[in-house]
Amino acid sequence: MIHRECGVFKTTYEADMALYPLPIARWTVAAILAGLFVVLPWTVHEYYLSIVNLCAVAVVGAVGLNILVGSTGQISIGHGAFMSVGAYTAANLAVRLDAPFWLALPAGGLMAAAVGAVVGVPSLRIKGLYLAIATLAGQLIIEWTINHVPWISGGVQASIEVPRPTLLGVPIEGPRAMYYFLVTVAGLAVVGALNLQRSRVGRAFVAIRDHDIAAQLIGIDIFRYKLLAFAISSFYAGVTGVLYTYYLGIANYEQFQITTSIDYLAMIIIGGLGSVLGSIFGAVFVTLLPIVIRWAMEAFGGLLMAPAVVHNVIPNLRLILFGVLIILFLVAEPEGLARLWRNVRNYFRVWPFSY
Amino acid sequence: MTRYLALLLGLSLALAAVGGAEAAHEIVIGFQCDRTGATQVVGVHLCPGAHDYVRLVNAKGGVEGHRIRLLEIDHEYKVPPAVEAYERHKKEGAVLIVLYGTPQTYALAQKLAEDRIPGISAGFGRADAADGRRYPYLFPIAATYWSQAGAAVKFARDQLGGLKGKKIAYLFYDNPAGREPIPILEDLAEREGFQLKIFAVPPPGVEMGAQVLDIAQRYRADFVITHLFGRSPSVSIKELKRVGYPLRRVVSFVWGAAEADIEAAGGFGVAEGYYAMQYAGVGGDYPVLEEIRELYRKEGRPLPREMASSVYYNRGVLWAAVPVEGIRHALRARPDGRITGSDVKAGLEKIKGFTLGGLVPPLEITPEDHEGGGWVQIWQARGGRFVRVTDWFKAYEDVIARHLREAAKK
Repeated sequence: MIHRECGVFKTTYEADMALYPLPIARWTVAAILAGLFVVLPWTVHEYYLSIVNLCAVAVVGAVGLNILVGSTGQISIGHGAFMSVGAYTAANLAVRLDAPFWLALPAGGLMAAAVGAVVGVPSLRIKGLYLAIATLAGQLIIEWTINHVPWISGGVQASIEVPRPTLLGVPIEGPRAMYYFLVTVAGLAVVGALNLQRSRVGRAFVAIRDHDIAAQLIGIDIFRYKLLAFAISSFYAGVTGVLYTYYLGIANYEQFQITTSIDYLAMIIIGGLGSVLGSIFGAVFVTLLPIVIRWAMEAFGGLLMAPAVVHNVIPNLRLILFGVLIILFLVAEPEGLARLWRNVRNYFRVWPFSY
Repeated sequence: MTRYLALLLGLSLALAAVGGAEAAHEIVIGFQCDRTGATQVVGVHLCPGAHDYVRLVNAKGGVEGHRIRLLEIDHEYKVPPAVEAYERHKKEGAVLIVLYGTPQTYALAQKLAEDRIPGISAGFGRADAADGRRYPYLFPIAATYWSQAGAAVKFARDQLGGLKGKKIAYLFYDNPAGREPIPILEDLAEREGFQLKIFAVPPPGVEMGAQVLDIAQRYRADFVITHLFGRSPSVSIKELKRVGYPLRRVVSFVWGAAEADIEAAGGFGVAEGYYAMQYAGVGGDYPVLEEIRELYRKEGRPLPREMASSVYYNRGVLWAAVPVEGIRHALRARPDGRITGSDVKAGLEKIKGFTLGGLVPPLEITPEDHEGGGWVQIWQARGGRFVRVTDWFKAYEDVIARHLREAAKK
C-alpha cells in the first residue's frame, strides 16, 4: 500500500499470492488498525466520527458493487433496492423475532444475495446497457413491492423502527460506539473482498469480465459465477442496508432509491473499477467532498458575499464544484483515484533517483 | 503536496476555532433546508423566509436578550447528508433542529430522542409523531397528513352539503407520505357513508392522464382530494382541466398549494377555482411581514423576490417563528441563556395563542399533542391570487386520536 518493496524477491507462488505482499505490509496494516481503533476515536470530536461512520457504510456498499461491476464486468443499477431488501429483512427479524444484530446482519445480507441472484439472471443473456435496464427494472419492482406489501414494510408508512443493537447487553448508541461497530464491519467487508480477489472465484470473475466466451472455454461455469457475482455483490449491498438501519434506528426504503444506486456507481467509477482500494477512495471521496466544500465556503464565503446570498449560493456552488471536481479527476486519471494513487506511489518508489 | 496539506490542515483548524468561539454567546437553531435536490422548488422560497424572521428577531434585540443564529445546511433531500447535517448541528450546540423531508425525519427521529434535541417537522414527516408521549422530541407543529385528510373530508362535506352516497377520489403520489392518510380516509368513508376510490400516481409523478380521466369520466367523482409533491400538483391541475373536471371540486393537501404550482400549471387563469390547503397564512398582509419589509427598507435593500411566492415564504417564517417562540419560553425559565434541548422541548410545549397576527394558526402545543391541534385554512385560486375561503379549522379529531392510540400500541 504505502511502502517500498525494494530488495524483496518472491520465489514461490504462495508468496506471490499472499495477502501481505511484503513483510512491512503487516506493520502498515497494524498501524492503520491502531489508528482507526485507538487514535482516531479518542482524539477527534464525535461529529467527525459520524462522518467516518457514513464513509464506512458507503465503503461496504461500494466494495460490494465493485465486485460486480469492476471485477466481473456486469452492471447493476439495482443496488439501492438490494440495500432496502437487507434493511427490511433485518428490521423484520429484529422487531418480530428479537433477533440480535449478529444474526440480523448476515440474514439481511443473505436475503439480498438471494434477491440479487434472481435479478442477475438476465445477465446470462444480456450485457452492458441491456443489463443496466434489466437491473433498473429490478430496482423498481423491489421498490414497488416494499411500498405495497404491508407484511414486508410494516404498514402504509413503509418504515420499521428497530431498537439499537446490543453487544453483550450493552446497547451500541452514540457516534463513538457506532463508529466501532461500523468500522469493524467495514473492515471485515474490505478484508473479505481482498481475499475474494485472490481466490479461485475472484480470478474466475476477472476472466468473465475480460472475455466471457474465453472464460467458458477454459472451463469456467459462466452461469454459476455470474450469479455468484450478483449474489456476493448483493450480499454486500444488503449488509450496507442493515448498517444504515441500525445506524439510523429505522428501515425506510425511500433512502435506497435509484439515486442511491447511481451514487454508488459514481463512487466506484471515481475510485477505480476493479480495485478494493479504489472503492474505499471513491466512497470516502463522494461522501466527504460535499462536506468539505461546504466547510470551505462557510469559512470564506462570508468574505465575498452578503450572508443572505451565501445561504443561497452554498448549496448550488457545492453541486457545481462537486461536478467539476469529479470531471477534473476523471480527466486527470480515467482509471480513477486508485490509479492516481498508484501513479503517486510509483513516482515515490524510485524517488529521488527517477532514472 | 505537503504545502497544500498544511494549508488544508490550517484551514480546518481555523474553522474549528471560529465555530468554537461563537457558540457561547448565541442560541443556535439547526436548520435543514434544501435549495437543491428533489424539493428545491419549495426550499428556494421557504428558507429565506426563516432567515428573514430570525434577522428581524435579532434586529429587535434577540429573544430575551439573546441572539439567535440559524445555521442552514442543505442535504439535497438525501438521507446520509441529513445525518451529517444533524451531527454538525449537534456539534454547534443547536438546542433545536428544524428538519426537512419525510425520509429524513424518519431517519433522525431516534437520534433526536437519544440526544434530547427537539426536531421540527412542519407539515410532513410521520403523522404519529403528533403523539408527544410516543415521540417526545418530534414536533410536527403543523397539521400532519392525517389531520389534513380529516380537514379535506370536512371541507368536501361542506362544499357538497353532506357526503352520504357521494363519490370521493383520492389522487396521491405513490410513496409512504402519499399513502399515509389512506387509513383515515377509509375510516371517514365508512363513517360519513361516502364512496372512496384511491388513485395512485407512481413516481416521478408526472404521468397521471389515465388516473385523471378515470376520475372524471368513469368514476365520476363528486370531489377530488389530491396529495402530490414536486412537479406533480401542477400536472394534476393541467390534466383535470384538460378532461373538463371542475377545479372547484378539487382540494389539494399542503404540498400542492403554492403559487409555484399554479404558475407551472399555466397560471391562475388555468387554475381558477382550485382549492389549496394551507398551514400558514398566504399573502403579504400580515404585520410580521410588514416588519420584515420595514427592516429591508431601513437597510436600503430591495425586498427579497422570494416574498412574492408567499405560500412558501410565509411557511418559512412559521418554521422559524414557532421554534423561536419555544426558545423564548425556555429562556424565560432559564434567563442565563444556558438552555438545552430539554428546556426547549418544555418551552415548545408551552406555546399557546401565538398567532403572529394570523400567519400562524392558533396552536396549542402540549406534552401530549405536538401537532398543536392540526389546524388548516383553505384558500382558493380566484382572480389571479389566492383568496381565503375558510378560517383555521380542524376536523374529525376523534378519528385521528383513535389512530394515534392504535399507532402507539404497535
